[in-house]
Amino acid sequence: MIVFDRVSKRYRNGREALANVTFRIASGEMVFLTGRSGAGKSTVLKLIALLERPSRGAVTVNGKNTKSLRSGAIPAFRRNVGVVFQDHKLLVDRPVFDNVALPLVVAGTPLREIDRRVRAALDQVGLLGKERSLPLELSVGEQQRVGIARAVVSKPPLLIADEPTGNLDPALALEIMRLFKRFQDVGTTVIVATHDVHVVHEFSQRVIVLDSGAVQSGGDDTLPSIVASR
Amino acid sequence: MGLAVYSTRHVQAFLGSLGKLLRNPFSTFMTTLVIGLALSVPLALKIFVTNAGIATGGFANAIDLSVYFKQDVSLDTVNQLARNAGERPEVAEVKIVSSDEALKEFREYSGFGTALEVLQDNPLPHVLHVRPAPFGNSPAQLEALKRYFAAWPEVDMVQMDSEWVIRFNAILDLMRRVLAIAAAVLGLSVLAIIGNTIRLEILNRRAEIEVIKLVGGTNAFVRRPFLYTGMFYGLIGALLAWLVVTIAVNVLEGPVRMLAQLYGSRYVLRGPTDDDVMVLLATGLVLGWLGAWISSARHLRSIEPHA
Repeated sequence: MIVFDRVSKRYRNGREALANVTFRIASGEMVFLTGRSGAGKSTVLKLIALLERPSRGAVTVNGKNTKSLRSGAIPAFRRNVGVVFQDHKLLVDRPVFDNVALPLVVAGTPLREIDRRVRAALDQVGLLGKERSLPLELSVGEQQRVGIARAVVSKPPLLIADEPTGNLDPALALEIMRLFKRFQDVGTTVIVATHDVHVVHEFSQRVIVLDSGAVQSGGDDTLPSIVASR
Repeated sequence: MGLAVYSTRHVQAFLGSLGKLLRNPFSTFMTTLVIGLALSVPLALKIFVTNAGIATGGFANAIDLSVYFKQDVSLDTVNQLARNAGERPEVAEVKIVSSDEALKEFREYSGFGTALEVLQDNPLPHVLHVRPAPFGNSPAQLEALKRYFAAWPEVDMVQMDSEWVIRFNAILDLMRRVLAIAAAVLGLSVLAIIGNTIRLEILNRRAEIEVIKLVGGTNAFVRRPFLYTGMFYGLIGALLAWLVVTIAVNVLEGPVRMLAQLYGSRYVLRGPTDDDVMVLLATGLVLGWLGAWISSARHLRSIEPHA
């Protein structure tokens, strides 16, 4: 599903976020990306979501090389990736329902179906009943959960999350991770960047550890070790 | 994409844009007012040109060439030449005023009656009054007609009695050119105004556009509401222009009628025709769409989601 082949990423300000990263994630896997702040977790996710392109190497998602993808094909690509950010990126001028419904509106889903799916997504994150609320009326944890609902409402085959439980209390954090696990159970590929060690230990899933822009462990075991550290 | 989805998206964009405009009535009014005033100028000029054309249409009949013959030309020659002239297509009517008739007229109108008894001979020449055909009214054609008569060896001089009408028509032609230039210049202004307004709206909705692109909205999807907004601005602006000009026509109608009556005319000021209005509304719509399209093509490209 996802292949990083000797990927390096250097930002415009000169910072080298990733150096020669190689790993492979199969379809339907659930993978945790861990490492200290600045290790490159967010960069990996941005490259997968096509918010950035690699400076060197190839990122292949679902068979498509992100470097060579035409700009006309990007919307269709993005529709297949559910993204949860650290900052929720909700639209504060409209109610929760409209926020969660946005991916479905963009995809042209009929109105009745939108209604059903939005309520289902909100139910999954435990926010059923808050459709009419404005984002700013919610707590930070609730806002985060709305962001997750939006990412999963169109049931994308790939779900990536950057610190999704950062603003949640431990009980709620586990609850949300169980939710991600349930998505994975029905076939969604789930990649979660987190430095919440409790959560990582609770779910014995594959863990890719990053340090200073390089894979320390957890890269594909079947590939010969071409991992280089900085 | 199915037709149902396509039309749903357009309806959504249409209603969404309209709703936004109505929710900010003051700023919408200010923008459409500027557009309306800009569009009203070409419309007003068009009405002016149309009315002036109609008003002076009747003056075509007043154009008259007077052909003065030399002293020793006989009346028979004059009659023959008058018949020849009358057969030309650009001549509508030829009236012969013999020297005797001319003297009689002069005696009646000038008040020199008794003093003229002293004259032995009639000093006045034969004259032809020539009325050109209605279609032969352009300054060039009248000039050609004048040269035709002047070429006769029997003719002393040719006078055009109504050169002021010809000058007026030339001025009218100039006004038509001015109208075309004004329409082009103001049309560009409207494009710029709408383009700028859309640019500001895109900037204001930056966060929303980023999120839409993040969840996979195409460029067409993002652009659509802005295109409808541009069309609304153009259309409402055109309607305002119509309103402004109609009010102006109503205000001027009375004084124009009064003035015409003083000149013995039953002339009445005509407002914009149905064609004028159709063209105005269509222009507003097209300029609005175009302005929005140009602006959004430029500014949407640079807005991309970021983490």
